[in-house]
Amino acid sequence: MTQTQTLRVAALQGDEAVAEAVRQCDVDVVAAYPITPQTIIVEKLAEFVADGRFRGEFVPVESEHSAMSACIGAAATGARVFTATSSQGLALMHEMLYNASGMRFPIVMAVANRALSAPLVLNADHGDMMGSRDCGWIQFYAENVEEIYDRTIQLFKLSEDPRVMLPSTINFEGFILSHDKERVRLLDDEQIKRFLGRPKPKHRIDPDDPLTFGAIATPDTYYEFRMQQTEAMKNSLHVFDEVEMEFESFSGRRYGAVDAYNTNEADVVMVINGSAGGTMRAAARALNAAGERVGVLAIKLYRPFPTEQIVSNLAHARAVVIMDRSLSPGAPSGPISEDVKSAMQLAGLNKPVLSVVYGIGGRDLSTDDGKNIFGMAKEGSTFGSSTVMYGVKV
Amino acid sequence: MSWKQLEEGAVVKGGTSASYVVSGWRVKRPIINEAKCTNCLICWIYCPEPAIVRHEGGKVTIDYDHCKGCGICETECPPKAITMVREP
Repeated sequence: MTQTQTLRVAALQGDEAVAEAVRQCDVDVVAAYPITPQTIIVEKLAEFVADGRFRGEFVPVESEHSAMSACIGAAATGARVFTATSSQGLALMHEMLYNASGMRFPIVMAVANRALSAPLVLNADHGDMMGSRDCGWIQFYAENVEEIYDRTIQLFKLSEDPRVMLPSTINFEGFILSHDKERVRLLDDEQIKRFLGRPKPKHRIDPDDPLTFGAIATPDTYYEFRMQQTEAMKNSLHVFDEVEMEFESFSGRRYGAVDAYNTNEADVVMVINGSAGGTMRAAARALNAAGERVGVLAIKLYRPFPTEQIVSNLAHARAVVIMDRSLSPGAPSGPISEDVKSAMQLAGLNKPVLSVVYGIGGRDLSTDDGKNIFGMAKEGSTFGSSTVMYGVKV
Repeated sequence: MSWKQLEEGAVVKGGTSASYVVSGWRVKRPIINEAKCTNCLICWIYCPEPAIVRHEGGKVTIDYDHCKGCGICETECPPKAITMVREP
């Protein structure tokens, strides 16, 4: 297939786009448990199996802990494995996430981000993934449905690379992206197969050559095993560039680890991730048209953290606003704010920073909100104060 | 050992504890009273390690290399033919 070939265009919800990508990626085993707002992924895949359009094994497990356990077992055989979850489901998987990364299995998971109980809520924030932030998985955040589709395909290639061999997640906010129907330019099945090839793990379960995976370590070796994961995570940053370049060669689409809008010309740069990136870009464009000088830096790849790209995009700003769609009660600010401030400090960038929490439990963030937040940064009175809980009813 | 030398994912050759010597774990050792032993092999069923050896003719002995000294055999032996004795 060449770039000029007509692509199939479809109107898909974020969840549907994930399911379609998984079908095309020649996945061998899917073990998943439905949870709102991820349910459509599992339903669609079950439908594909029933219709004979998906040849992979679909394992309807009894919990998310079992889902990840089944994925780990399947991955040990050298199979290509996928699962999807959200919120409480991700929390229930928590201990198995570390087993997947520790045994270096390239499992791919879609996370339709949803806030955690209690109180019970179905809507989005990033608190679920941030709760498992340090699990050793590569973590992407998407901004629109086509990006969700593209990333799902890219993740298999990235995770299965021998220089990486780490599991990965594509995160997208529940309902806002999971249920939003958007235009997606679907890629050709055969093209995706050629792009991905088949997984070639160094080790796999073999009855004739028994192996133990994730064997016991002692204080003498555990640290070294975790060092290997840390190095693989670092390597994945470069491998990601290669994967995106090859993906671009046949799709014409590339996102990068960050998306920078007007960051070199702006007095104030706002750092954000997820679906609100587009909203904030729209707010910034409107402000710039009215004579302001603002920019937006959307973080697409959160782990590994693209420190250099983030720092270089903040070098020219007079002030930085850092937005978090999750809470860390008792912390100085949200997790993204902590990371960005730490990266700035290491690079010697000493600038006023405004840390903002927004969108908790699905609270909407509009372009007007974006303008308000840029306005707060312009006034400057909020700098140096504690994290701003934007939009909370007082 | 450097982190560069370890096998990624802590993958090691499979096997069972039959390939390890665990005698160093033991505080007490089981002694079989041959006069009482009926060679019923209940100890062989309950022993969590490959430490009970059945010989030609049915005689039962202990492989002390693989006995961790847990004492399950003493508890389970129907004719009370096994006694746990403190290691010297």
